[in-house]
Amino acid sequence: MSQSGGHNGRITEAIPHITRNEALIFERSSAGKTGAEVAPLDVPPVEAPEVLGKDFYREDIDGFPEVSELEVIRHFTRLSTWNYGIDTGLYPLGSCTMKYNPRINEVVARLDGLATDHPYIPARLAQGCLGILAETARCVAEITGMDAVSLQPAAGAQGELTGLLMIRAYHEDRGERRKYILIPDSAHGTNPASVTTSGYEARSLKSNDRGCVDLAELERAMTPETAGLMLTNPNTLGIFEEQIREVCLRVHHRGGLVYMDGANMNALIGIARPGDFGVDVMHLNLHKTFSTPHGGGGPGSGPVAVKRKLEPYLPTPTIEETGDGFYKLNFDRPKSVGRVRAFYGNFGMAVRALAYMLAYGADGLRQVTEDAVLNANYLRARLSTAYDLAYDAPSMHECVFSDRRQAARGVRTGDIAKRLMDYGFHPYTVSFPLVVPGAMMIEPTESASKAELDAFVDALLAIAQEVKEHPEVVAGAPHSTRLSRLDEATAARKPILRWKPS
Amino acid sequence: MYPQEFLYTQDHEWIRVDGTTASIGITEHAQKELGDIVFVEVPQVGSQVTRKESLGTVESVKAVADVYSPVTGEVIAVNPKIQKAPELVNTDPHGEGWLVRVRLKDRSETESLMTADEYEEYLKKGSAH
Amino acid sequence: MRYLPNSPEDRKEMLRATGRSSIDELFAQVPQDLRLHESLQLPGPLSEAEILEFFREAARATSKDFVSLLGAGVYRHYRPVVIDELLSRGEFLTAYTPYQPEISQGTLQALFEFQTLIAQLTGMEVANSSLYDGSTATNEAVLMAMRITGREQVLLARTMHPEYREVIKTYGRYLGTRVKEAPLQPSGQMDLHRLDCVVDEKTAAVVIQSPNFFGVLEPVSEIAELAHKHGAFLIVAVAEPLSLALVKPPAEADIVCGEAQSFGVPVAFGGPYCGFLATRDRFVRQMPGRLVGLTKDSQGRRGFVLTLVTREQFIRREKATSNICTSQTLCALAATIYLCLLGKQGLRKLARNNLAKAHDAARELQAVGAKRPFTGPFFNEFVLETPMPAGDFLRACEEEKILGGLELERFYPEMKNHLLIAVTEMVNKETIDRMARVLAGFGVDAHSSRLNGAAAPVRSH
Repeated sequence: MSQSGGHNGRITEAIPHITRNEALIFERSSAGKTGAEVAPLDVPPVEAPEVLGKDFYREDIDGFPEVSELEVIRHFTRLSTWNYGIDTGLYPLGSCTMKYNPRINEVVARLDGLATDHPYIPARLAQGCLGILAETARCVAEITGMDAVSLQPAAGAQGELTGLLMIRAYHEDRGERRKYILIPDSAHGTNPASVTTSGYEARSLKSNDRGCVDLAELERAMTPETAGLMLTNPNTLGIFEEQIREVCLRVHHRGGLVYMDGANMNALIGIARPGDFGVDVMHLNLHKTFSTPHGGGGPGSGPVAVKRKLEPYLPTPTIEETGDGFYKLNFDRPKSVGRVRAFYGNFGMAVRALAYMLAYGADGLRQVTEDAVLNANYLRARLSTAYDLAYDAPSMHECVFSDRRQAARGVRTGDIAKRLMDYGFHPYTVSFPLVVPGAMMIEPTESASKAELDAFVDALLAIAQEVKEHPEVVAGAPHSTRLSRLDEATAARKPILRWKPS
Repeated sequence: MYPQEFLYTQDHEWIRVDGTTASIGITEHAQKELGDIVFVEVPQVGSQVTRKESLGTVESVKAVADVYSPVTGEVIAVNPKIQKAPELVNTDPHGEGWLVRVRLKDRSETESLMTADEYEEYLKKGSAH
Repeated sequence: MRYLPNSPEDRKEMLRATGRSSIDELFAQVPQDLRLHESLQLPGPLSEAEILEFFREAARATSKDFVSLLGAGVYRHYRPVVIDELLSRGEFLTAYTPYQPEISQGTLQALFEFQTLIAQLTGMEVANSSLYDGSTATNEAVLMAMRITGREQVLLARTMHPEYREVIKTYGRYLGTRVKEAPLQPSGQMDLHRLDCVVDEKTAAVVIQSPNFFGVLEPVSEIAELAHKHGAFLIVAVAEPLSLALVKPPAEADIVCGEAQSFGVPVAFGGPYCGFLATRDRFVRQMPGRLVGLTKDSQGRRGFVLTLVTREQFIRREKATSNICTSQTLCALAATIYLCLLGKQGLRKLARNNLAKAHDAARELQAVGAKRPFTGPFFNEFVLETPMPAGDFLRACEEEKILGGLELERFYPEMKNHLLIAVTEMVNKETIDRMARVLAGFGVDAHSSRLNGAAAPVRSH
C-alpha cells in the first residue's frame, strides 16, 4: 500500500525484518563454503581410509553446515538480539542472583597461560593456576567460616551431591548406616534430586507459619536413621532462619550433620558466616554470588566448603601448599569420596570469581550484601500495596509475593510475568517456592539502581491496575516481543529436537 | 458431568466396573487441574497394580501426576491411542481418554470408593477452603 | 565502588521507604551473636588495572611459552577469534537459562543447532543441549542405561579415561552400582574375549571410549554386538570429537556421550568444558539434561522452547532423571560457533591434518628408538614407549619448552616409560624434530649402546 519510507508520515515496519527472521544455520548452508581456513600441512599428507582402515573411515557428515565467516557473525549476532541479558536490563529472577558480570573477569580468564594451561602439566609449571585455585578456596573458606574447600564440583547441584556423599562417608566411617536426609518443603527441587543421587532418601520437613524450620517437626524427624538436614539460609522465601543455631544443635545432638545450600549467600557475605551457625558442609554458586556469567544456562561452579571433621572426605585431588609457597595436588586421600568430575573443576570460573572478590575486597563485599538486602526491602515496601506478601517475616535479599489478589480475577503469576516483558523487564521467578500459591519471587541484587527499581515497581503497579481493568491484556501477554506465547504442549507431545533436511 | 455408573477416588481417578474387569482413568477435574497433557505412562499388559499405589503417571507441560490405582489387579489392556494422542485425556477423560483395564482381584475393594454424587460433593468441599 | 549503581543519597531514600532507621535494622533477623563484628580477611579492593596485573603475574607462572603435546581428554586446537567476539555479546553472556522463551530465542535456537550438530556428528538421532563435561556426561549415560535396563552392573573398558572411570565409581558407590573393568589387549583395544566372559544378563551397559584413552579406535560394532546379545547397552564416550569428522560414528551404540572441548572451548586448566549426550529417539524421556524443541507461537511463527522438562529436578524433585540443573550453554555456544565456522569441509580437513601430523610424529619418534606398543589404528593421539625413563625424557623436552606428553604410569602402574602424546594442528614439524633430537641425544649420552645403529633424524634448519 505505501512506498518504502513512509505512510502517514511514519515509517512502516518492514516485514519480515531481516534481523528478526534469522534462519537456522543449516538453512543458510550451501556446499563449498567455509568460515575458517585450516593451516597448510608441514608433513606429508596421508590417505585417511588407508591409515584408519576402511572399517573406521567416515565418508561424509550428512547435513553439516557450510557457511562463511561473515554469515556466522551475522547469524549469531542476530540471534543474540533475541535474548534478554543482565546487560539489557533488570533481571530480577528470585534465587538466581542475576548480578552484573564484570568485564575484567572475562579479560583475565582469557589471558594466555590461564586459558591455555593443560590440566596435566607438571606442578612446577602450574603454580599460576594452582595459586589461583588455592587463593579462591581460601577466600571462600574465610567468607563462609569453614575450614576447607574443594573447587571440583562443576555446579551447585554437583556441590550438593558432593556434600551429601561426604555426609554419607562420614557416617559410614563411624560405622553408622543412616538413611534419610531432611529437606524443608520450601527447598529448591535440586535438593531432593541430589539426595536421591547420593543414595539417601529425602524426607520433607514441613515449614512453620513463618516459613521457617519448625523445631518440633525437626525434633520428631531427627531419628537415629536420619543422616542430616539440608537447608537453605536465608531460605527460598528470602527469610533468615532465626533459630539456625538451635536447628544445628538439635541435628548435631542426634548425630546428624547440617548441609547448607549456599544459593542465597548474597544475603550474608560480611554479615554472618554459616560456619559460625553450626553448618558442617555447604556449597556456593560462583555463578550466583560471585558474578561469573550465567551464559544462558552455564557453565556454573559449585565449590563445597566443610568443617575440619569432613575434610578427609573432600573429593580427590586437593590442592595443598607445601610450606615454601609451592602448591601441589594431593591424590593420596584414602577417605575421600572420590572424584566427582575430571580434573579440578571449572577453573575458568574460579578465575572470574577471584577477580570479583579482589575488585570489592572485604568491605566492598559487605556493601554488596547491604545493597542487595536494601534493594529487596525497597521493592517489598513499594509493591506490597498492590500484591500480597507470601509471609510477613522480614525479607533478606529477595521477597516473595503471591498472586492471590490477581488470581481472583483470573490472572496468574505466569501472566503477570509475561506482561512484564512488554514493559521491558525480565520476569521474576514464577511459581517457586512451591509452598506459596502463585509465587512471584523477586531478587533485585545489588546491581539494580534505584531508578531501575522504581521503573520496575511502576510496571508491576501498572500491571496490577490492568488486572483490574483489562485482565485479558495481561492474560494474553506478551504483546511486544518478537514471538508471542509458544505452544509448549505440542513441543512436548511431538518433540522435534533437531533439524532435518526437508 | 460425572457419569453415574463410575466410582471415584479422592485422588481424582475414576473406575468403571464391568463384571470382573474395570476401566480406569483420571477425572475431568484432574485433567483440568493439570492442563495440557503431553505424555501418559501406563504399565504393561500383564503387570500387577495395587490399590492406592501408583500405576503410572500423567504429565502436563510442567507437572507430573501419579495415577493411583483404585483397585488391585492385573492389567489386561492399555489404551492403544493414548501414547500417540495424550490430549485425549484432556478432550474426553471419561471416555476415549481411559488409561488401563484391569482384572479385579477383590471386588469388595470398590466398596469404599465414592459415587458420582459423593465425588461432586467432595470436589465442592475441596474448593471451598 | 565501580560496580554498584546506587549513590549514598539513593540508599538513604530507599532506607526511608522501607521504614527502617538504619541498614543494620535490615539484618535484625540475624541474631547479634552470629553477626560478624570485624571485616573478613580478604585481599582487595583492587582497581581494574591492579586486577589485570594480579592475573598477568599468575599467568607468568604457567606453561604459556611451551608447545604442548598433552592430550588425554583435553586438546589444544586453534580457536578462531570469532568465537570469543560472539561469546562476549552480553545478550548471550549474561542471560539466564531460557525459561522465558519469548525473550530467550537466541540461546534457544543456538542450542537447537548444537543438538543437531552433535546428533549429526555422533550418528545418533537426538542429543541434549550439553552436560558439565565428558566425565560427568559418561556417568549420566551410565545412570541412564541403569534406569532403562533396570540392571545394576556396568562394565568399564580399562582403555577408557581413568578419571571418567573414577567419576562413575564415585556416583555408583552408594547407588548399588556394581562396576567391573574389562582389560586391554596388545592392540591397545578392549579385550573382546574377556569382555564376552563378563557381560551377562545383569549388565546394564558396556562403556568404552573411542578413540580410547590411548588414542586407539575401538571396534565399536563388534563390542555392540557382544553387549546387545545380553540386552546390555553400549555406551561410547568420545573425548576427542574432532575424530568424528573422519572416523565412522559409533552408530551401533545406544548412547554416545563425551566432551566437546575440542570445538573451540579453551583448555583452561581443566574447565569449564562441554559434555554432550546423544541417543536414540525412543530413549529421549530417560535422557538427562536440557532439551530444546521446535514449536510455534500463537501466531504460527517458528520458535524454540525448553521441552520435556518434566524429566528435570525442578518438577520431579527426588524422582528426576538427574540432579543436574545447569548445563554448559556458553561452552555449547562456543562449540556451535566453532563447528559452523569450520563447517563440513573445514572440519574434515582439520581432522585429516591432525591425522597426518600425529602419524608423522609417531613415525619420526619411532625412528629414533621409541616404540609404539599398541598396534590398533589411531587418530591424533598415540602411546610411545621411551628407551629411557619417561620422566627424564619429559624433563629434557621441557628444557626445549616442549610438554612432551603424559606419563601413563600415573594411571597404569604396569606401563613404565609409556607416554601418551597428542599431536594437533598446534604442534608443528619443527617441534617434533626437536623432540626427536632430544630422544636421540639420550641415546648418545646415556644409552649409546642400546640405541647404537638407530639413525638420528637430525634435520638442520
